[in-house]
Amino acid sequence: MLKVEINGQQFEAEPGSTIIEVADNAGIYIPRFCYHEKLSVAANCRMCLVEVERAPKPLPACATPVTDGMVVQTLSDIAKQAQADTMEFLLINHPLDCPICDQGGECPLQDQAMGFGGSSSVFEEVKRSVDNVDIGPLITTEMTRCIHCTRCVRFGEEVAGVMELGAIGRGEDMKISTFLGTSMDSEVSGNVIDLCPVGALTSKPYRFTARTWELNGHKGISPHDCLGSNLEIQEIGGVVKRVLPRDNEAVNECWLSDRDRYSYESVNSSDRLTMPLVRRGENYQEIEWAEALDLVSSKLMQIKETWSGKEIGAIASPTASLEEFFLLQKILRALGSSNVDHRLRQQDFRDDLAAPVCPGTDVSISKLQELDGVLIVGSNIRKELPLISLRLRRVAQQGGEIAVLNPMSFDHNFATTQEMIVKPSMMAIAFASIARKIAMATGKEDLLPIDLVELATRHEFGINVDAIANSLIRNGTDALILLGQIGMNHPDASTLRQITSWLGVNCGIRIAILPDANGVAGWVAGCVPHRLPGGHSNSSPGLNCKKMIDQRLKAYVLYGVEVSNDYSDPVALDTALNEAEFVVSFSTFRSAVPEQADVVLPLAAFTEIDAGYINCEGVAQFANAAVNPMGQSRPGWKILRVLGNFLKLAGFDHVSSKDIIAELEEVYDLSAPISVRYKPDLQAINHVVTQSAEVKNGKQLDRIIDVPVYSVDPTVRRATALQSTKDADTVALLACAEELEELGFKHGGQIAVRSETGEVMLPVQPDERVPRGAVYVPAGLSETSVLGSLSVVMVQAME
Amino acid sequence: MEIDYQLSDDVREKIEAEANKYPSRRAAVKSALRYAQQEHGWVSEGVVNAVAELLSLQSIQVFEVATFYDMFYTKPVGRHRIRVCTNVSCMLRGSTDVLNHLKEKLGVEVGETTADGKVALFEAECLGACGGAPMLICNNRYVENLTPEGVDQLLSELD
Ligand code: SF4
Ligand code: FES
Ligand code: FES
Repeated sequence: MLKVEINGQQFEAEPGSTIIEVADNAGIYIPRFCYHEKLSVAANCRMCLVEVERAPKPLPACATPVTDGMVVQTLSDIAKQAQADTMEFLLINHPLDCPICDQGGECPLQDQAMGFGGSSSVFEEVKRSVDNVDIGPLITTEMTRCIHCTRCVRFGEEVAGVMELGAIGRGEDMKISTFLGTSMDSEVSGNVIDLCPVGALTSKPYRFTARTWELNGHKGISPHDCLGSNLEIQEIGGVVKRVLPRDNEAVNECWLSDRDRYSYESVNSSDRLTMPLVRRGENYQEIEWAEALDLVSSKLMQIKETWSGKEIGAIASPTASLEEFFLLQKILRALGSSNVDHRLRQQDFRDDLAAPVCPGTDVSISKLQELDGVLIVGSNIRKELPLISLRLRRVAQQGGEIAVLNPMSFDHNFATTQEMIVKPSMMAIAFASIARKIAMATGKEDLLPIDLVELATRHEFGINVDAIANSLIRNGTDALILLGQIGMNHPDASTLRQITSWLGVNCGIRIAILPDANGVAGWVAGCVPHRLPGGHSNSSPGLNCKKMIDQRLKAYVLYGVEVSNDYSDPVALDTALNEAEFVVSFSTFRSAVPEQADVVLPLAAFTEIDAGYINCEGVAQFANAAVNPMGQSRPGWKILRVLGNFLKLAGFDHVSSKDIIAELEEVYDLSAPISVRYKPDLQAINHVVTQSAEVKNGKQLDRIIDVPVYSVDPTVRRATALQSTKDADTVALLACAEELEELGFKHGGQIAVRSETGEVMLPVQPDERVPRGAVYVPAGLSETSVLGSLSVVMVQAME
Repeated sequence: MEIDYQLSDDVREKIEAEANKYPSRRAAVKSALRYAQQEHGWVSEGVVNAVAELLSLQSIQVFEVATFYDMFYTKPVGRHRIRVCTNVSCMLRGSTDVLNHLKEKLGVEVGETTADGKVALFEAECLGACGGAPMLICNNRYVENLTPEGVDQLLSELD
């Protein structure tokens, strides 16, 4: 430890730390623009100049390492003069247009000009001005305000992994721009808004809609992925104006994905449901809550009495809150049905009974970047979990090895050491081969289930397999296997989960079995047919969502589910709803309600509810309602609670959402660490799925099913700015050139994709990331919903 | 705007050789742009993309370098580039006259190219040849101790 004196006080400092770090730790503020603790040191703004004893000139605190016995003055005349002079230089070309700048009120330049600058300038010449570039629908530029700190440039290059902004030109002509005015397309681009210390980069949807000092902030949690980013939801007068990150090193650090930052837009849309609706003939009529709930309860009771409670099924969006999951299953179970599920896109449920209490990770999120080896199985991780991808990027930057087993070669924002790309139907076989190699190398071969060995030997993949296996078990390697959404929703998902878990149990590899959105809470709350709340076993298991739909029940409760997008097989769901006697739809948006709904109950949006979320690490986090529900919409837990009363069920007298959590905590300790290992289940290892498309015409190919980043849930799908990004605009079939040639595809044509349930014509983009024998057809979109959920399709080129 | 540009095998080879000299491929950007510009005449969007691809960089990383150095041309320029030094020593020795003479002869302003695409005229900062002031650099050749006649002579030599 070194001894350093700052402003007359003594501090201890690690060798190698800089003056600004020591000062920050000690709570001594040194002004800065370019320095940011998550970015490299550029030392180009010079705002942090301080006086250091025996140094001939003031030194930049952000770039000066401390030495033993160093004496620093941050408030001496020399330091203050240096800072004031720097400020004067910085303001030479700055437009000083604070009154019309969105950054005003939360602007480091404004604040530091007040705190450390002079009151006038000797500069009387003409200021430069810079043309703005349009960098897409999310970020507005006002480049004349830029002070060239290069935080935004460094963020792209160092953190996001795609350098989209750069400093072009030099000297007085230097400006920050994308390459020739292209858009910023990164899934974490919005962070440059927070980083920019001036108003050069601001939020486009928020632009000119509020002044920062008028905003009230509330704690939110993002419902869109299983990370549960901490949000600062800001509103004025009950209208959400924007969403910012809340720092939480253990979850999102100081970042947000664009999906979390901009999804709030849909909450204010005119598509919101503001009254309960009932169907009268062809049309819907607005009715009072009491009437609506009375209708729902009497209908459900009638079905229970005429047939049985088992004729009622509830399927919930995985974005629902812990409280909602809990009350929903409670109602269903009180009605005598365990038909309740939230795993809307899952297709393979063979391993349900072998499952742990909930899926998740057995390494904490904050330790992800310390891993030495990672194998990603079935995930476009960068779009699925943008902030986890940023942590994995650090693994690669620090020399760790990241290998990938995927049905197509997605663009990662980190370097991969091995990529094994196999068509979807080969995923389980390929994974089994890797597992076998790992078992052999760790001397665990004898423990391998025979079915797994059989699976592994069906195909010879070559040295790739050895290289991947090696990267995970090299001496002293702290390695992780991460199973993502493509894996979880694969027809052989049980096999993939079993293999993952087997490796976790037997070969000392950490595992992450990642659910969709708030899925961990869904499991914990008992919103699965085979388990009670807290993961307790259920003696009379119900139907999983696939069976509920295939078996055509009499009544369906759709909880936040949009038929053509959220369920893996929209056609089957649609048919089931057609045949059902009663359908009640809980929905936030009018356009998300299926036409079969008999009663529609308006759900409050995620910004309007007190809600619990459990992230993939098993950490429960709670959001506060930022604003009141729009119109007559109500928080889901309140609707469910009152519905319980209308049904005259016992135990529905919760006064606040906390009471619901307390009830859950009687059977489950929310603070306990989770285990994510599956019990061995031989049946689930059997690779049983050989699907075939039962239609003629065309060539049978595997379909790569993945949900695009901005199509994951009804809220995101209605966020207008996100929907204008590049990531949202491709509804196309992707296939490699060789495959297209074999299909006889001619440039400019379309391709017909058929399944037994329907046919779509899609535009085509040749894409070498897709392997032979497969096509990528996005899911989660109404355009492709007629294809159902089979992972094989018939494909034919059309004129 | 051309977005795709094919670097010739020769240029690719030269760039590879440069890249091999450094621990990081990014370090070879400047040499790569130099070779590419020699071949193409200027650094177009396509050239930037091609160099970026070859060096495994993002286009903006290459473009930053291309715009930083003023001897990379990000707009089409004449076959011959004349850059007249107008820094202090040259200015004291009459570079203003030289420049004006050139402007008149070529019928262009600074930064422009003659209509036939032959000559482009630029100003330059000190080129380290103050002993021969006033001076200019024509393509890669220094021409010193300039007089109006010397300038005419130079122009007549250009094809
Ligand atoms: S745009 Fe903002 S973050 Fe980027 S260099 Fe300019 S001032 Fe810094
Ligand atoms: S903060 Fe130190 S130079 Fe910018
Ligand atoms: S001033 Fe012209 S070469 Fe130095």
